[in-house]
Amino acid sequence: MAVEFNTVGDMLVVAVSGEIDHHETKSLREEIDEEIMNVIPKKVIFELSRTAFMDSSGLGLILGRYNKALSIGAEFEIVNPGEKIMRIISMAGVDKLIKIKGVEK
Amino acid sequence: MKEKIVNKLTVRFMSNSCNEGLSRIIITGFIMPFDPTVEEVADIKTAVSEAVTNCIVHAYKNREDGVIEMKATYTDSGKLTVVIKDKGCGIENVELAMQPLFTTDRENERSGMGFSIMQTFCDRLTVRSRVSEGTKVTLTKRLQNAKK
Repeated sequence: MAVEFNTVGDMLVVAVSGEIDHHETKSLREEIDEEIMNVIPKKVIFELSRTAFMDSSGLGLILGRYNKALSIGAEFEIVNPGEKIMRIISMAGVDKLIKIKGVEK
Repeated sequence: MKEKIVNKLTVRFMSNSCNEGLSRIIITGFIMPFDPTVEEVADIKTAVSEAVTNCIVHAYKNREDGVIEMKATYTDSGKLTVVIKDKGCGIENVELAMQPLFTTDRENERSGMGFSIMQTFCDRLTVRSRVSEGTKVTLTKRLQNAKK
């Protein structure tokens, strides 16, 4: 698992590659929150195209970062989730709460 | 005709969170010879990951010295059964615990979707639990290609 941050104008792009499970979310949570608080972006983009696996721990991670973004008045968006990850996202109704772009068919 | 067991597996590992990934690798390796579809592999991996995470987070409350046992069997009719057992704190109200979005650990950002995911990704989910004794989760899924 690796996380990459890219700041594009007012946006912070967070790209997680590899597997997001409970073991990985512990450190991911701290790293991402620290970056959000450093950058104070207007928008946080969660890029999932290189995320090979995600379970319900990943849902918790996404919802937590969504709340973090809201707390500093930033927008939050999920981009490019794979088909399997999208299934988990919609099962939990997260797609009704968070804007999602680039969904695979 | 009675189903014949084609392969069996029993593993025990510590309730260390690094073993969540290990459990996924083991179950994937176990089913690979039976020609599962990409989707079936993803379903089973995810369901096992949820069950093992529950043992670590809830049953053993992130203590790393608990024991988790995973047993898998595969029959000639294509039926995969995975049993994941812990000797942790047990679940007081299984029915409530299985409700989508229910969690006892919101502050650690648990989503409360573990059992719902297991249920959706498998054909059958059985949960037996006794407070202070432990929990046994049984996941059953029939593989479509069913290579015997």
